[in-house]
Amino acid sequence: MVKPEKLIENGIRLDGRKPDEIRPIKIKVGVLNRADGSCYFEFGGNKVIAAVYGPREVHPRHMQKSNSAVVRYRYNMASFSVEDRKRPGPDRRSIEVSKVSREALEPVIFQEYFPRSAIDIFVEVLQADAGTRTAGINAASIALADAGIPMKSLVSACAVGKVDDTLVLDLNKDEDNYGQADMPIAMTPDGNITLLQMDGHLTREEFKEGLEMAKKGCLMIAEMQRAALLEKYSSLIEGEVNE
Amino acid sequence: MSNEIMSELRKDYIYNLMIKGEREDGRKFDEYREITIDTNVIEKAEGSARVKLGDTHLVVGVKIQTGTPFPDTPDQGVIITNLELIPLASPVFESGPPREDAIELARVVDRGIRESESIDLSKLCITPGEKVWMVFIDVHVLDDGGNIMDAASLGAIAALMTAKLPAQRFGVGEDTPVPMRDVPVAVTAVEIGGTIMLDPSLNEQSIAGTKLTVISNQDGGLSGMQKSGVLPLTTEQINYIVDISIEKAKELREKFLEI
Repeated sequence: MVKPEKLIENGIRLDGRKPDEIRPIKIKVGVLNRADGSCYFEFGGNKVIAAVYGPREVHPRHMQKSNSAVVRYRYNMASFSVEDRKRPGPDRRSIEVSKVSREALEPVIFQEYFPRSAIDIFVEVLQADAGTRTAGINAASIALADAGIPMKSLVSACAVGKVDDTLVLDLNKDEDNYGQADMPIAMTPDGNITLLQMDGHLTREEFKEGLEMAKKGCLMIAEMQRAALLEKYSSLIEGEVNE
Repeated sequence: MSNEIMSELRKDYIYNLMIKGEREDGRKFDEYREITIDTNVIEKAEGSARVKLGDTHLVVGVKIQTGTPFPDTPDQGVIITNLELIPLASPVFESGPPREDAIELARVVDRGIRESESIDLSKLCITPGEKVWMVFIDVHVLDDGGNIMDAASLGAIAALMTAKLPAQRFGVGEDTPVPMRDVPVAVTAVEIGGTIMLDPSLNEQSIAGTKLTVISNQDGGLSGMQKSGVLPLTTEQINYIVDISIEKAKELREKFLEI
């Protein structure tokens, strides 16, 4: 793949989106039997699946905390998820992504309710298409709720970037590869930023504008996350009322 | 357990000082600790720097050798950044392969240098597709006094600015300086009880919920950012940190990294 001459033409991106438009999202809640909570999340070409186990016993024991739960997050890319086969297992990138993703979710989890226990979050990227960490966080947030883990709110994540000197929401693969900046953020619906990373080149003004744009993207995603959870659980609630 | 009690006591102490507008070492909230940078401290390395930032002490060594380029960038040199938190530097560091903290630090230092395009990678090409310069930046933390991030980032760029491509040794011409075109500077802030402080000391860092590192360039633009830690930040806090970080980076660059 060579760099396309233009990534934006007449205000429309190569995949037909407007600059402030996110890719199509598909969410399925509770897709795994063994996990306590799970979610399948499609975000454009990204296909990720998140599972939550816990609260459960901590192994190894020395990791346990006497006054709260430990939250663990494992982000893993399948070897077939990308163009050139990825060597299986954790690499430096996935260790960093796991760390910041965990920290993106920890603020909303009532960890103090579960001393000496572990809440394990596993995110598998089945297909990657730019924005896997945000897709993973979106999925994990739903899976946590599906597992019944007490949370202050959901967390939604979305990236903003710069291509052809224009700020765009939710980069696709070409925009990620050939763009000028990439800034994934995660936030709670009340506007607390729980993940912020950036690379590339942005001016101070672009950064501020980009942050606002990403926040709007997160709010759109938050709506869809909520709707997906309601779809699964509202029928259960109605069922109880009817009896 | 004693650590947990100590940390609660320290937290109270630092928090109470903060309310009075003070820090434990008497600095202002946007003031850095004393910085000294000595370059060319390791003769065997192609470039090196020793950085002292308050009690934090580290050495950055740059080794440069020839190698084959990555297939997708046949006409560009390679930068590899590594950082180790060796057990010599702190009672809480353990031996073994780098863990997430060390990996995160290394990757953020790398991001600053790479994304600012401070090294002209195309000038590191010797024969396209066959031979390029590989620049290894290794950060060795000797004493952890807090804010390793900024110290490592200062050290890396200072070492690179004095580094030479060892062309003679590899039989590909005359030694030349590493082609540098920007000087990215990382500035790290922590939030404690709603107050933003720059250059956290070890104690401040250990009680702060969240750090935000902002890497800016000569033109005042941003080339990298990383939020690290379990507490959220508001948009106002982030924008404030970005603003003071750009100013502070300019100050540090002028003072320590003039070519």
